[in-house]
Amino acid sequence: MVDKQEGGLSPVRIVEELKANDITHVVWLPDSETNFLYQLLESDPALSLIVVSREGQAFSTAAGLVIGGKKPVVLIQNTGLLESGDSLRGWGIGLNMPIVVMVGYRGWNRRGVTSEAEVALFTEPMLNALGIRYYLVENDSDADRIGVAFADAERLGRPVAILVGDEFHGFNR
Amino acid sequence: MIEVSEMVRAIFPYRGDAIVVSGRASRHWSEISERPSLDVALGDPGMGGHASFALGLAIAQPDVRVILFDSEGDLLMNLGAMPTIAEQEPRNFYHFVMDNECYATTGGQPVPNAKRIQYDVIAQACGYPSAFSYDEIQSFSRDLEYILALPGPVFVTMKVFPEIENLPIGQRVRWQTRTLEENLRDLQTELGLSQRAPHGRNMRVVKA
Repeated sequence: MVDKQEGGLSPVRIVEELKANDITHVVWLPDSETNFLYQLLESDPALSLIVVSREGQAFSTAAGLVIGGKKPVVLIQNTGLLESGDSLRGWGIGLNMPIVVMVGYRGWNRRGVTSEAEVALFTEPMLNALGIRYYLVENDSDADRIGVAFADAERLGRPVAILVGDEFHGFNR
Repeated sequence: MIEVSEMVRAIFPYRGDAIVVSGRASRHWSEISERPSLDVALGDPGMGGHASFALGLAIAQPDVRVILFDSEGDLLMNLGAMPTIAEQEPRNFYHFVMDNECYATTGGQPVPNAKRIQYDVIAQACGYPSAFSYDEIQSFSRDLEYILALPGPVFVTMKVFPEIENLPIGQRVRWQTRTLEENLRDLQTELGLSQRAPHGRNMRVVKA
């Protein structure tokens, strides 16, 4: 294992993947791990931003978009993922929503240094408890996993998560 | 106070081609609706999400009116949905809230500060361009044509009589004639959409 994350995850690469997968809407509550995407998303006419006030709201909003024929992605932090557990269960899994949720992986790093209450400790156990498949994306060379996640969500008819493990933004820095 | 059955009968003549997300009024609405394929009776996928779901639907289908029969208990669980709705400005979104001042499906316990909350004032403060409040059927019925001709998002709160249920869930009267999967498939077919997944299959709905 290397101490330092090689390369990085560029917003341009993520947006490329979203567009390649025909995403129409980004349902978002800004977080410190993925905030580097904001300006790019806001300025891109192909993607509509819907900012929610609490993360649980994101999954019911996305469900409405899917039923109405659109293809949203949810972009939240792992803290918000924990908060939105029941919404993800009911509006995501219950309604068989092929929604990809990109999760800013607060507290994650390659050395595994965390405090007892660090949200990173609970992130993957929660996804496992809900039976949600997930992929870790650390840098641009991993970005093609985003497309794999979208394909999984469609095939399985249920939410799939992407954990954005970027050590150089937000709380992880 | 307004009976929920009166409320849905008042709205019925103005429904047209609107999608109706019928929420806690689903049983009454299903008894009179003539366009069941445009009705969305979700049951309770996760309390607090109906307003956001209807917003998503309204954004996705901007040329179709979306009428939501929300309830104050559901709305209170996610009041933060209201600024998002106001910011998105869906001109096709009509947000009706049935305020019975309690959690009727759990036996009628009061919601917090039940008697004093002014939901129309909250909606206006969140940025809804139009918000109304009613506690009797005559003025509500009189104003409906005007309200439904306004550009959305429009917010309407109504004081309604609680329909308290206290039987165990399994003993309650079933009124559903379609599973959730059938309901969502019918809507998407009506909208000319092909399903990308069998939506709703994971939610068990016991039909009447």
